[in-house]
Amino acid sequence: MACDDRPLLSARGLTRYYGRILGCRDVNFDIWPGEVLGIVGESGSGKTTVLKCISARLEPSAGTVTYDTRTEGPVDIHRISEPARRLLMRTDWGFVHQDPRDGLRMAVSAGANIGERLMAVGARHYGQIRETATNWLGKVEMDTGRMDDLPCTFSGGMQQRLQIARNLVTAPRIVFMDEPTGGLDVSVQARLLDLLRGLVSDLGLAAVVVTHDLAVTRLLSHRLLVMRHGTVVETGLTDQVLDDPQHPYTQLLVSSVLHP
Amino acid sequence: MTGALRIEGLEKSFVLHTQGGVRLPVLAGLDLEVEPGECVALHGPSGVGKSTVLRCVHGNYRADAGRILVRHREGVMNMVTAHPREVLAVRRETIGHVSQFLRVIPRVSAADVVAETLRDRGTDRESADDAARSILHRLNIPPELQQLAPATFSGGEQQRVNLARVLVAHYPVLLLDEPTASLDRENREVVIDLIREAAGRGAAILGIFHDAAVRDAVATRVVAMDTGREAA
Amino acid sequence: MTRVSTAARDGGYTFAYLDEQTKRMVRRAILKAVAIPGYQVPFASREMPLPFGWGTGGIQVTASIIGRDDTLKVIDQGADDTVNAVSIRAFFARTAGVPTTTRTQDATIIQTRHRIPETPLRAGQILVYQVPIPEPLRWLEPREAETRRMHALQEYGVMHVRLYEDIARYGHIATSYDYPVRVNGRYLMRPSPIPKFDNPKMDRSPALQLFGAGREKRIYAVPPHTGVRSLDFDDHPFEVQKWDQACALCGSTASFLDEIVTDNQGGRMFVCSDTDHCETRVRAGHVESAAGGRDPGGP
Ligand SMILES: Nc1ncnc2c1ncn2[C@@H]1O[C@H](COP(=O)(O)OP(=O)(O)OP(=O)(O)O)[C@@H](O)[C@H]1O
Ligand SMILES: Nc1ncnc2c1ncn2[C@@H]1O[C@H](COP(=O)(O)OP(=O)(O)O)[C@@H](O)[C@H]1O
Ligand SMILES: [Mg+2]
Ligand SMILES: [Mg+2]
Ligand SMILES: [Zn+2]
Repeated sequence: MACDDRPLLSARGLTRYYGRILGCRDVNFDIWPGEVLGIVGESGSGKTTVLKCISARLEPSAGTVTYDTRTEGPVDIHRISEPARRLLMRTDWGFVHQDPRDGLRMAVSAGANIGERLMAVGARHYGQIRETATNWLGKVEMDTGRMDDLPCTFSGGMQQRLQIARNLVTAPRIVFMDEPTGGLDVSVQARLLDLLRGLVSDLGLAAVVVTHDLAVTRLLSHRLLVMRHGTVVETGLTDQVLDDPQHPYTQLLVSSVLHP
Repeated sequence: MTGALRIEGLEKSFVLHTQGGVRLPVLAGLDLEVEPGECVALHGPSGVGKSTVLRCVHGNYRADAGRILVRHREGVMNMVTAHPREVLAVRRETIGHVSQFLRVIPRVSAADVVAETLRDRGTDRESADDAARSILHRLNIPPELQQLAPATFSGGEQQRVNLARVLVAHYPVLLLDEPTASLDRENREVVIDLIREAAGRGAAILGIFHDAAVRDAVATRVVAMDTGREAA
Repeated sequence: MTRVSTAARDGGYTFAYLDEQTKRMVRRAILKAVAIPGYQVPFASREMPLPFGWGTGGIQVTASIIGRDDTLKVIDQGADDTVNAVSIRAFFARTAGVPTTTRTQDATIIQTRHRIPETPLRAGQILVYQVPIPEPLRWLEPREAETRRMHALQEYGVMHVRLYEDIARYGHIATSYDYPVRVNGRYLMRPSPIPKFDNPKMDRSPALQLFGAGREKRIYAVPPHTGVRSLDFDDHPFEVQKWDQACALCGSTASFLDEIVTDNQGGRMFVCSDTDHCETRVRAGHVESAAGGRDPGGP
């Protein structure tokens, strides 16, 4: 785990403007294989902007995002060819959206949702695709009998599980999550967190988790970035940032929740 | 450095920005070395900074100045400047910290909390589970309780789970923050035995023991701390 | 039925209705389509004196390629005598004055809706398909810019998602019309709503196949002798429709059959959907003894 001496993903001087509005400015960090990085901050602080820039969903106005590919080593993900980038997006990376409707195909069954990425990389054996999809449904603790049901018949928590399975089926090395437990009830949220925690550590996944919930980040992430007004104001080991916050804004953030 | 842990000129203060920027000086140049097999007790009035020392060593608090050197793998790691990943590696392999309060993951059973320590260090699931069961048993946590999440446990039970999750692995450096504070007599004896066994294995132990009997039973040296400045 | 009938051109129209400039524009689109098999070429679709859905895309293609020496056949669901087929044939007879025919082997241009003739096509013939929806990826991706990018990057895996759904739901690939194909190992293509029974006829056909979508303003093509492969799974290979019975009229066991109701008592029978093929066989002496008569008007 920590013995890999090269980061999996590095952001340098990452800046994004939306016209004249600042999304994020001069954001720098590294993520190593197997590491979970949390990004916290108030609404509008630029968390989603950073997440989209490092997952190639949004082009930065300035700065670079370097990803250590399996075959060619480190590449600037915004400079490589579009086919190469899109291939990374559907094999090496996963993206879990806050709203499952953004991350699922609502018109096809759960099994097809999971199988899609396999078929996208060339799987052409129906039986094997189905078996893998069934396994994944089990791994995200869903009733495999719901395999052929449409996602719209699932609860919010189940839809998030499906989204996770759909992403993990190609064994990505890094998963980007934007408020993965966002719209869920507290108890559903808790079970989803347990699941994520288990999967991330069992699979040795690297992950970037955007959340405004400090309890979520305490449970999931090894390291933390605290953002405010588009910039990173503090970074460090999760428990260190939460227990001994240095920046006035982090202190405010921590002191305003009951059990960070 | 001959010891397993060496603290040099450790300074730490807290600036409370949300309360008008008040500055609380806590540590102003602490020096301390702990040899393998030693159990050093920090002693002093409440609020003097004993837990702060342990937390700085563990990388949970950020030191303002000084060095905290820990013998880790083949070398020496300065916890004050170490990268978070290195701190995590030290925590996984070298330093075990029994904090004053158990902070557990909701819905994870006591047995799993304890076994996870070993699994993170590469032990297979079965051996980790066996070791967890056996140390919890030794700390008088009955099997029924082991399968429950510790969130609803009594203070003393939580403390024993907290001890078990650290002592189940044989860390070369142990930080113990009032490990017997809420324990009854019988369990206190078990913990004393466990601490002595650890020291016997060569662990360097830095601890805070309010109970004089416990301190006398385990400490090989006592370091007194005064408000604002500390004496070695 | 007429083999080849010739009509006098109505001089009130330009040849084949479209003005020369429009024809040149359509021909350019066709040339590009032939150069990039399966690729959908946009073209400026014109108003035609027929409503969309009546094959205005196919008609514009036909109008742009037809010459005075051509002989035209028009089929709709296999038959030459539906209102649609008759109107289009009449349209070209009147505006181009070209001979028309119902016989596959006599035609140089065959405009079709929903079928490929059973009689194998030969080199020099051109099959013009009327296409309602040209984009195979439309069902899952409504954004045109995105489907174009998916074609450019050959991101076609999602197409199998649809076949997957079929198998999950019905136990087999139930899609039986407009069955997706890969052309020349490159572009994913919708063959228009022909039965998948006809898909194998597209593969390496010696005839030129042109596809026109009027409403969606797209033209695409499969040049002669080009590979056309139907998508499938290793464990659910592509299969065409099969029937237990033979054609009640000509006894054919190798053609696409339509089920027709013969009387008010619910009597049914199966007959070739390709009326020309059936009649040719009947004329050649293949008569099914048990079969009842068939109204020459057909289904
Ligand atoms: N995270 C923190 N933020 C602000 N102040 C803190 C923090 N942690 C400790 N302090 C302050 O630092 C001082 C030392 O605290 P510490 O917990 O180290 O004391 P202690 O010696 O362990 O006391 P006790 O014997 O009561 O446990 C106290 O004034 C405490 O309020
Ligand atoms: N597509 C966009 N167009 C214009 N402004 C945007 C857009 N997306 C985000 N912003 C602005 O950028 C800033 C950061 O937004 P975002 O990254 O979504 O924050 P967060 O995820 O932390 O809530 C905000 O001021 C937001 O209004
Ligand atoms: Mg956001
Ligand atoms: Mg204390
Ligand atoms: Zn017949």
